[in-house]
Amino acid sequence: MLLEVKNLHASIEGNEILKGINLNVNPGEVHAIMGPNGSGKSTLAQVLAGREEYEVTEGEVIYEGKNLLELSPEDRAREGIFLAFQYPVEIPGVSNVNLLKTAVNEIRKYHGEEELDAFEFLTLIKEKMKIVELDESFLKRAVNEGFSGGEKKRNEIFQMAVLDPKLAILDETDSGLDIDALKIVANGVNKLKSKDKAIILVTHYQRLLNYIVPDFVHVLYNGRIVKSGGKELALELEEKGYDWIKAPSNSPKGGEKKVVTSN
Amino acid sequence: MEKTLEFKEWFIKNFSEFERNLNGEKTPGVHKLRKDALTKFKELSFPTLKDEDWKYTNISPLFKYNFSLDSSGKEISSEVISRFLFDEMEHSLIVFINGRFSKQHTKLLNLPEGVIVGSIADAIKEKNPIVEKHLGRYADHSNQIFTALSTAYTRDGAFVYVPEGKVVDEPVHIIFLTSADEQIITQPRNLFVADKNSQVTIIEHYVTDDEKIYFTNSVTEVVAEENAIVNHIKLQEESKAAFHIARTEIDQERNSNFSSLLFSTGAAIARNDINSRFNDEGSEATLNGLFIIEDEQLFDVHTLIDHAKPNCNSHEHYKGILDDKSRGVFNGKVLVRQDAQKTNAFQQNNNLLLSNNALVNTKPQLEIFADDVKCSHGATIGQLDDEAKFYLKTRGIGEEAARSILLHAFASDVLKFIKIKQVRDYLEEIISKRFN
Ligand SMILES: Nc1ncnc2c1ncn2[C@@H]1O[C@H](COP(=O)(O)OP(=O)(O)OP(=O)(O)O)[C@@H](O)[C@H]1O
Ligand SMILES: [Mg+2]
Repeated sequence: MLLEVKNLHASIEGNEILKGINLNVNPGEVHAIMGPNGSGKSTLAQVLAGREEYEVTEGEVIYEGKNLLELSPEDRAREGIFLAFQYPVEIPGVSNVNLLKTAVNEIRKYHGEEELDAFEFLTLIKEKMKIVELDESFLKRAVNEGFSGGEKKRNEIFQMAVLDPKLAILDETDSGLDIDALKIVANGVNKLKSKDKAIILVTHYQRLLNYIVPDFVHVLYNGRIVKSGGKELALELEEKGYDWIKAPSNSPKGGEKKVVTSN
Repeated sequence: MEKTLEFKEWFIKNFSEFERNLNGEKTPGVHKLRKDALTKFKELSFPTLKDEDWKYTNISPLFKYNFSLDSSGKEISSEVISRFLFDEMEHSLIVFINGRFSKQHTKLLNLPEGVIVGSIADAIKEKNPIVEKHLGRYADHSNQIFTALSTAYTRDGAFVYVPEGKVVDEPVHIIFLTSADEQIITQPRNLFVADKNSQVTIIEHYVTDDEKIYFTNSVTEVVAEENAIVNHIKLQEESKAAFHIARTEIDQERNSNFSSLLFSTGAAIARNDINSRFNDEGSEATLNGLFIIEDEQLFDVHTLIDHAKPNCNSHEHYKGILDDKSRGVFNGKVLVRQDAQKTNAFQQNNNLLLSNNALVNTKPQLEIFADDVKCSHGATIGQLDDEAKFYLKTRGIGEEAARSILLHAFASDVLKFIKIKQVRDYLEEIISKRFN
C-alpha cells in the first residue's frame, strides 16, 4: 500500500477538524474526495503535506511503510508527496524558475543524486512546460504573483509535472477553471498516472472526473469519510447534492447541522 | 556626561597639532572652514536620547573610547584589497587606508578628459577651484556636531569631478579600509561634483580586515548640476564593533537625477543622514537601502528630501532584516515647500524581524505646504511569511534554503535597483553567506 490513513484526528487552535479519517491508497489508484465546504478536505490535504499549524491528536499515517507524521514537510515532498494547493501562495521576489531549480536540486541531493546542470534543468523544464501550455516568459515571473486563478492552478500542475511525485494530492485544482484550462490540468494529471503512482483529487465537481476517471470516490463530511464508492458516486452527488448522505451511525445526530450543497 | 566632555575636549585640544601636521593642505579657504567648524564644534553638544533626531539611537557607547588620529601609515597588501573588489568589473579604484589616500592601491582607468578622480587632500593642496567652490557648502556644520567635527578635521577623502557633458562609463569604486591596532577615528571627507549633462556612478565602500573598535565619521557632499545623472552606491561593511556615522548631502539642480543605494551590514552603531535638496525643477531622487543586522547592532537612517521647487519626484524605499537583539531606526522626512507644486514623493519602509527581540522604530514625516502634490508613505514590520515557507517546503525545499530564498526575495526589491550586475552579485553573495 502507498498510503494508509488510520483513524486520523487533527485540530487547529483547539477545534477538531478531522475526526477519524480512514483511507487506503494503493499504487496506480485515483481517489476523489468530495464533500461540502468546510468539511475538512483541505485540512486533510494539508495535514498529509505536513502543515505544522494542525495538531494530529490521534491516529496514524503510513506512507510506503514509513510513519509519515514524523517527517518534515520537505522530507515528505522529497519522498514523493506533492500537494497542489487550493490557494497557491504568492511569493514576490522568487521566480518560478528559481523555486523549481532549488526544489529539483534539493530533492536530488536528498536522494544522493548530483544536481542538474543548467542545460539538463532547462531541458526538463521546457519539456514539462509543454504539458501545461505555459509561455516561457512565465518562468521569470514571481511565484503566483499577480497570476490569474487559472494560471495559479496550471502552475501547480507544472510544478507537479517537474517534481514527478509518487502521490499527488490535488486540492480543488479544477475550481474556477474554464473548460480549456480544465483539459490542460486533466491532461497534466493523466500524464503523471502510472501503475506505481497514486492521485488524490479533492473536488466539488463531477466535471473533472470526466477527464480523470477515479477508481474511488469518497465523501468527506464533518471531518469523517461518510461514504465511499466508485465513480458513479460522483454522478450521484452531482445530481442530488450531499443532503441525502446520512452520516454513519456513530456520527453526531442527524439534522444537527444543515449541510450546504456546493455547486 | 563627563565622558562626553572628555571626548569633545580631546578634539579641541588636538586641533592645532592636527593642523600643524598638514603640509601644504592648509590653504586659506579650507583653513577658515576648519576653524569655523571647530568653533561650532565647541558650541554644540553631542546628541542624547532627548534630541528628537536621536530619540532611538543611543550614541553614548561611542564616548567610552579614546579615539586617536591614525599616524601609523600601515601597509596593506593588495590581497586584502582584492577581497572587496567586484568580480570582473571594469572600474576606477581609489583606496583610502585609515582615512589616508593610498596611491599604491589606486588604479584609474582612462577617464574622459577633464574628469578628476582622486584624493581631496591633493585637490585642496592644488587649490582646485571646484573644491574651493563646493567643499563645505552643503553639509552645514553649524547645527550638527558630527559634521562640525568632520569639517574641523577635514583632511582626506575622495574627490570626483565630471566636467560638463562627460560620461564616465565605468563605475568609480572608492574603498575606505580601516585596519589599525589602536582605536582610531577616520573622517573621510568626500566631494562628488557632476557638471551639466554629465553622468557618473560612484561606489563608496567602507570595509575592514579586522573586527576592531574604531570610529568612521564621514561626510559626503554630492552636487548634481543641471541634467546630470549621479548614481551613488554606498556599501557599509565596517567591523561589527565599529561606529559609523555618515552624512550625505545632495544638491540637485534642474532636471538632475540622483539615485542612492545604501547597503549596510556593519558597525555596532551605524547612523546615516541622507539629505537631498531640489534647488530647481524637473529633478528626481531615488533613495533605496537595505540593512541586515544581528546581535546588538543598531542601524539608523534619517533621510530628508527637500522639495523646494515644483515638478520633482522622489522615491524612497528602505528595507531591513533584523535578527537577535538588533535595532533599526528609519526616519524619512519629506518637506514639500509652498511653491513645490506637482511634487511626487513616495516613501516605503519594510522590515523583517527574524527574532522576537529585534526592534524597529519607523517614522515617516511628511511636511507638506503645497496643495497640488502626490505623496505617500507606508511602513511594515513583519516576520518571514510562514505560508510562503510552507509552500516552498512542500516542494522539497528545506528550512535553510526556504529561509534563504525568502530573504533574498525580500532583499531583491532593493537590490534590483543596482544596475551593475557585479555589484548585485557581490551583495547577493554577502546575503547568501549570512543566511546559509
Ligand atoms: N485556522 C483555523 N482555525 C479554526 N478553524 C479553522 C482554521 N482553518 C480552517 N478551519 C475550519 O476547519 C474546517 C475545515 O476547513 P477546510 O478548509 O479543511 O474545509 P474544506 O473541506 O477544504 O472546504 P472547502 O470546500 O471550502 O475548500 C472549516 O470549518 C474551517 O472553518
Ligand atoms: Mg478546501
